[in-house]
Amino acid sequence: MSMLKVEDLHVYYGSIHAIKGVSFEVNEGEIVTLIGANGAGKSTTLNTVAGLLKPRHGHISFEGAEIAGTPASKIVPHGMALCPEGRRVFQQMTVRENLEMGGYTRPAGEIAASLDDVFTRFPRLKERHRQVAGTLSGGEQQMLAMGRALMSKPKLLMLDEPSMGLAPILVEQIFDIIGELNRAGTTILLVEQNAQMALSIANRAYVLETGNIVKEGDAHLLMNDDDVRKAYLG
Amino acid sequence: MIQFLSYLLNGISLGSVYAIIALGYSMVYGIAKMLNFAHGDVIMIGAYISFCAIQYWNLPPAIAIVLAILVCTVLGIVIERLAYKPLRQATSLSVLITAIGVSWLLQNIALLIWGANPKSYQSLVGFGSLTLFDGQLHITSETFITIAANIVIMIALTLFTGKTKMGKAMRAVSEDKGAAELMGINVNATISMTFAIGSGLAAIAGVLLCSAYPVLMPTTGSMPGIKAFTAAVFGGIGSIPGALIGGILLGLIEIMGKAYVSTELGDALVFAVLIIVLLVKPTGLLGKKIHEKV
Repeated sequence: MSMLKVEDLHVYYGSIHAIKGVSFEVNEGEIVTLIGANGAGKSTTLNTVAGLLKPRHGHISFEGAEIAGTPASKIVPHGMALCPEGRRVFQQMTVRENLEMGGYTRPAGEIAASLDDVFTRFPRLKERHRQVAGTLSGGEQQMLAMGRALMSKPKLLMLDEPSMGLAPILVEQIFDIIGELNRAGTTILLVEQNAQMALSIANRAYVLETGNIVKEGDAHLLMNDDDVRKAYLG
Repeated sequence: MIQFLSYLLNGISLGSVYAIIALGYSMVYGIAKMLNFAHGDVIMIGAYISFCAIQYWNLPPAIAIVLAILVCTVLGIVIERLAYKPLRQATSLSVLITAIGVSWLLQNIALLIWGANPKSYQSLVGFGSLTLFDGQLHITSETFITIAANIVIMIALTLFTGKTKMGKAMRAVSEDKGAAELMGINVNATISMTFAIGSGLAAIAGVLLCSAYPVLMPTTGSMPGIKAFTAAVFGGIGSIPGALIGGILLGLIEIMGKAYVSTELGDALVFAVLIIVLLVKPTGLLGKKIHEKV
């Protein structure tokens, strides 16, 4: 069953036509990745799905409900979370406060249990829960950003460039965690420049080029596709 | 020595008023990233409302203060909604000019309703004064209450932003609106609430200011407003303890300057402080610089 269905999405920045009729879907339980070069429109697509940007045309349906143009804060309670590009943790707030913000839309009684879940998955965050987020290392901030997104108990977790700026060993670790989250039942939509890593973990993939989807299909098949290899896998 | 003590108390008391006004500037700047130059005029409106409540409607002082707070809170929300919200995506210069426009609008509305003649404001917190050192030192109840109100407000706001869900959401919005929106925080409602709190505080500042310096006219709010803005920058705009420290120090500089340097130069000293701070430490005493980690 398709959990997220995007149809003929058009997004503009002023007069710049950034997304030109993108359609894709994410089925329950899948890991789907959008890959593509810098400026292909991957982040714009995610931000539009999450409700930070308003599309000019097109439909976005999440679990059957139309959400195109709905503000992000109203979408979160329905079970969609975006872990944004550049992590964007609240630098001046403590780790715990960041996580509490992640659970902003949840009833007060459920926060403690979710905090425990996140701390079990990211023991590092538990050790540092009183520390101000701005003092964490890049990898820790990425874990915090993911933990924060998980606090809303999303059915669909969208991750925008989780590997950005991280050492290879940390990238492996982050991708292991993404795999674990998926096996635990979270559907994942992943945007990555690191196409190799993204394709190795995903079920299906879409290739974006200047605002259009130019290829789609099974992730492992795409990994062996000549064009994709040449353009993104080096 | 006793003279100095008296100046000291007056300075702290005046500084407390500045600190309460500076909080409004600082909170709004922190959240909306704009300088609300109409803030000083909300003080004036608060003072006029409480003046009318006492003088014309014969209400008790406590009710007059509550009424002033309510009116200013609503006024703050309305100003944000009508004047600033449509400019959320505009350049900061447009917003600044709009804020100056709102300031003039409020002054002229006051001129229209209450006229240009100064009103003599009857203190709402005057319960006599305390005399110490064989009558050499008088401490008025206004001084006490202003300082006490400042302390209570600072503690309350610190607890609010540090401990409550709403207050933490405000801090989140002030850091990153997009990320806050992704948490499910209604950013517009949060901005609106910040204006409400800031304007409610402005009403309290108006009552305290006019109780200590009882001349009320449509321009009453502008000078204290600008000085409080200086205090906010001095302490580090966006920071609650910064507003407190900046306000108190500025009040002290003004009173001590008037007492020991020259009566005419008191105000000039205040603004000299602004210039020096901007030159030496543009982020203010407690202002933070954020370093991004990759």
